[in-house]
Amino acid sequence: MTNISATTAIDHAAGAPRVARRKSPTARGRLPVLILFLPPALLLFTIFVIMPMGEAAWYSLYRWDGYGLPEQFVGLRNFEVLFKNSAFLTALKNNFLIIVVSLLLQIPLAIWLATMLANRITGVVVFRLIFFLPYVLADVAAGLIWRFVYDGDYGLFAAVAGFLGVETPYVLADKDLAIYAVLAVVVWKYFGFHMMLFIAGLQSLDKSVLEAAEIDGATGWQKFRFVTLPLLGSTLRLSVFFAVVGSLQLFDMIMPLTGGGPFNSTQTMVTFLYNFGVTRMQVGLGSAVGVVLFVICVTLAFSYKRIFMRHD
Amino acid sequence: MTETRTAIRMSAGTKIYLYVSLTIIAAVVVIPLLTTALGGFKTLGDLRVNPFGLPVEWQWSNYTDILFGERYWRQMMNSLIIATLTVFLTVSVAAMAAFTFAHVKFFGATFLLNYFLIGLMFPAATAILPLFIRIRDLGLLNSYWGVVLPQVAFGLGMSILLFRNYFRNLPEELFQAAFVDGCGYMRFFWHVTLPLSRPIIATVAIVSFVASWNSYILPLIMLNSESIYPWPLGIMVYRGEFGTEWQLVLAFITLTILPTIIVFFLAQKHIIAGLTAGAVKS
Repeated sequence: MTNISATTAIDHAAGAPRVARRKSPTARGRLPVLILFLPPALLLFTIFVIMPMGEAAWYSLYRWDGYGLPEQFVGLRNFEVLFKNSAFLTALKNNFLIIVVSLLLQIPLAIWLATMLANRITGVVVFRLIFFLPYVLADVAAGLIWRFVYDGDYGLFAAVAGFLGVETPYVLADKDLAIYAVLAVVVWKYFGFHMMLFIAGLQSLDKSVLEAAEIDGATGWQKFRFVTLPLLGSTLRLSVFFAVVGSLQLFDMIMPLTGGGPFNSTQTMVTFLYNFGVTRMQVGLGSAVGVVLFVICVTLAFSYKRIFMRHD
Repeated sequence: MTETRTAIRMSAGTKIYLYVSLTIIAAVVVIPLLTTALGGFKTLGDLRVNPFGLPVEWQWSNYTDILFGERYWRQMMNSLIIATLTVFLTVSVAAMAAFTFAHVKFFGATFLLNYFLIGLMFPAATAILPLFIRIRDLGLLNSYWGVVLPQVAFGLGMSILLFRNYFRNLPEELFQAAFVDGCGYMRFFWHVTLPLSRPIIATVAIVSFVASWNSYILPLIMLNSESIYPWPLGIMVYRGEFGTEWQLVLAFITLTILPTIIVFFLAQKHIIAGLTAGAVKS
């Protein structure tokens, strides 16, 4: 979760001229501090973030196994191969599906729970803690736990099916069902984080507006729909942004659950990159996936910023 | 998390609806975790017929064998070393850079800050293959640094941003006083800025520690001998080895997530605040 609200950030930095805030006195030794304080960050960032990204773009034009220098120039062939590969297309579709589910299921669930837990009711702290707990667990651990839950022989699903007297479903081995099983785990793991964002948002709302609505005779639902929800706008946009960016890089959780299978039905872009690019050392193809992911992330970040986050 | 709202009058009906809904969701969260922990106490046969209930006979040996073995501790130690190095480097490198952005005027400052913020926009996964080749060519494959350095680099954008926003909001008067007294930038950083910045240092430290503790893809690609694996890689190997002996795998999972859960409950306020503030404040 590092690439949070990226574009908000950029605006802050480049953004509006600071209101003649700092007529700061200049201290001695400006040069030494620059020479000592900036280069470590600059070097690390350039060597391990910017250059690899640039190299990904470069390598994506070659067929290369990672040894020696990339010499076999193939133009855009890697991208062509990629977009004809059915596993990659499934991966794109799955990433899209994960985004949709995050937006249509997870965020409403988070808002619903937040409206209940933003009030001071008995046990509120306990519920908040429990709901947030999956978020702090590693994706890998969450994936393994649910692999057990879904297990057709030993897991909870087996037990429930046995109890109901139906045949045990092997959810993760079924190429039509597996992706939905993965989606459920995604929601299970991340709804608490979004809930916390909304609780923070709800608590910073101006209560007098809600009271005014109440005096005007608004029902609970009306208050929520026409007062609370619009006022939560900036939190909602933030939450959507996280959900989208997080969905695009989903990897850790898929590996223990299905590893991308059965029959590539649960690949995401990053598991595809790993399964086809890294393990087979197809540097060109893998880099091409990286480039596609990069383009999607950056386009989404900028257009989202332009369209929705103008006012924040 | 300050409770700004006063208690709200609720009818009995609303209350029932509220608590029933909350309890159902809480059950969905907790049951998988509980059955995992309990499952570690069962025999395989017990697990098969009775995944929900208490163990018929508590198999403490599932847990003690792991605890008395060397493997579990080695993985925890590896994770701890990697996370500590990551936190230490992230905090110091990012705080220093952010300080120059917040307090030192120099040509190209805005441009440079934006340069760092590019890093917020894409995940490490996009550049994982070139990153692997770079680490290999630097001779850092299969070493802690091969994981730590990229982790720090990808955390820099966020951390610099958090630090800079915080530093800029420190009271202006401090500066004037310090500089009039002839205090240089470095001394100011060390003696004034840092001591006043504990909350933001804590936030950055928590965010980078949790990210590193849980990270999987970077170690997966950079490390190849089990002696140096952090725990997320370790449980995957363990699971591969013990295949369907779920009771052992469950015990192992429980023990590996136990530190996280304990620390989370002990420091829940700070952790929740850190992880969500890290998100909101940027």
